[in-house]
Amino acid sequence: MPKKIMVLGETRGGQLRNVSFEAIAAGKTAAQSGEVVGVLIGDSVQPLAQEMIRYGADRGIVVEDKNLSHYTSDGFTQAFMAVLDQEQPDGILFGHTALGKDLSPKLAAKLNAGLISDATDISEEDGQIVFTRPIYSGKAFEKVMIDEGLLFATIRPNNIAPLKRDEGRSGDVSSVSASIKDLRTAVEEIVRKSADGVDLAEAKIVIAGGRGVKSKEGFQPLKELAEVLGGAVGASRGACDADYCDYSLQIGQTGKVVTPDLYIACGISGAIQHLAGMSNSKVIVAINKDPDADIFKVADYGIVGDLFEVVPMLTEEFKKVKAGSL
Amino acid sequence: MNLIVLMKRTFDTEEKITISDGRIQEDGAEFIINPYDEYAIEEAIQLRDKHGGEVTVITVGNDDAEKQLRTALAMGADKAVLINSEEDIEEGDQYTTSKILVGYLKDKEADIILAGNVAIDGGSGQVGPRVAEGLGIACVTTITNIEVNGQNVLITRDVEGDQEKISTSLPLLVTCQQGLNEPRYPSLPGIMKAKKKPLEELELDDLDLDEEEAAPKTKTTDRFMPPEKAAGRILKGDTADQVKELAALLRSEAKVI
Repeated sequence: MPKKIMVLGETRGGQLRNVSFEAIAAGKTAAQSGEVVGVLIGDSVQPLAQEMIRYGADRGIVVEDKNLSHYTSDGFTQAFMAVLDQEQPDGILFGHTALGKDLSPKLAAKLNAGLISDATDISEEDGQIVFTRPIYSGKAFEKVMIDEGLLFATIRPNNIAPLKRDEGRSGDVSSVSASIKDLRTAVEEIVRKSADGVDLAEAKIVIAGGRGVKSKEGFQPLKELAEVLGGAVGASRGACDADYCDYSLQIGQTGKVVTPDLYIACGISGAIQHLAGMSNSKVIVAINKDPDADIFKVADYGIVGDLFEVVPMLTEEFKKVKAGSL
Repeated sequence: MNLIVLMKRTFDTEEKITISDGRIQEDGAEFIINPYDEYAIEEAIQLRDKHGGEVTVITVGNDDAEKQLRTALAMGADKAVLINSEEDIEEGDQYTTSKILVGYLKDKEADIILAGNVAIDGGSGQVGPRVAEGLGIACVTTITNIEVNGQNVLITRDVEGDQEKISTSLPLLVTCQQGLNEPRYPSLPGIMKAKKKPLEELELDDLDLDEEEAAPKTKTTDRFMPPEKAAGRILKGDTADQVKELAALLRSEAKVI
């Protein structure tokens, strides 16, 4: 049965995030030849609506209000509920981002609905939409479905391929008004600590350091490599506990779970908790002095050696490769 | 202050996972307090020590969770509540758990409810925010700092590595992120005292909740292990050659650069 699926478009630095395009692609599967509607919420998001359509949405809806300039749970809940009241969709898809994680369970509770969080795949089986999602931080997976009622899920970044951008595609964009008021939380200040724009969970390339990095300064060569490759820097719990870096960089069973195209583990031994957070990456490179380190068991390519020697050489080599490819 | 912590018993992070007949095998596995819930317990104890009041730790599960509740009491919580859903619910989901918790919490007038940001087994991070919505109170997720002044609350939350400073007021539910605090280990006197602290056990009937109301909305149809990775390649030769070879492989074979 064709369905109407609402996909929330999320912005970062004024641009739509990749995960929103991935969610549109998932929406296409969920809609079963029905309609995918892109929803944008903010204080000035109208110009981005056509971009959601170019990535596969059939039409767009925007909710704009000055009280929506920063994300707040209450503000975005009110805005999204106004859209749902008008559209009465069959399904909702968000990215499994900080915003998606915060907003989706509150909406699901309000709607008395089920919610499938952090899906890495979507498929149709015997006419039913089935989601695959990691459990135990990726040590295992489960298939989950919602038998009846609203289909509601969040999509993990980097797992479902977006559709190809179609410049010629266009569609209708309408506006829904909502009165955004009585917000119970207020954002007083945002302190930017993350590296320029590349979010760890969404990064296509992650360079991660462990205890072998030895100090705060030891992360410098990793940062340089990440910069050359356009990747993000992550860390093992060991490096975070030793205060070499901020906990927000931690990858593992506690911390973030990442699935980039390329994961380069530098001076990380490969404790089971860390492996849970990264072993589903597409390609894994391990650089470690200890040839018996467990990290080599999940690595596609390994270099046994001192990261302080290997990583700067890699940076130089990739600079050459990148220069050559231009 | 009436502080309530939502706790979950989970597999130890050291454990390997095995599946048979589509179910996770629990025999012989070690269980712990979900690591994110330890931050919640620690923060609740610190808030109580500063502002006075009482910390109640609550879990939904079966008798086995008594061990983790005693550990929370040994850390310094004052009371524990086990809502035993084993008899009534065969397989619940996040909707189920939050309905049960709301059933218990609706007349408890908590000032702050603290939960983990996510449980390391199911990994959905839904129950905390769902409970807040069910109780009609505000909710702030992934907090790394909290200061309470009378009814006013200042919170720092982690948003993908950035910090958001939030002002709000009581009553409130928060979910706790790494970096909030350093959870204490139970002391020996703490463990002795914990044995005498109250641990109440309830069933769904005691909450005036029938199992239909808490019936899950989602259905798990299969569980499986990720595909085994083939053994990787350890590069040979001197370091300069290995580096060159790696760059070439990532470009031509793996096609990720």
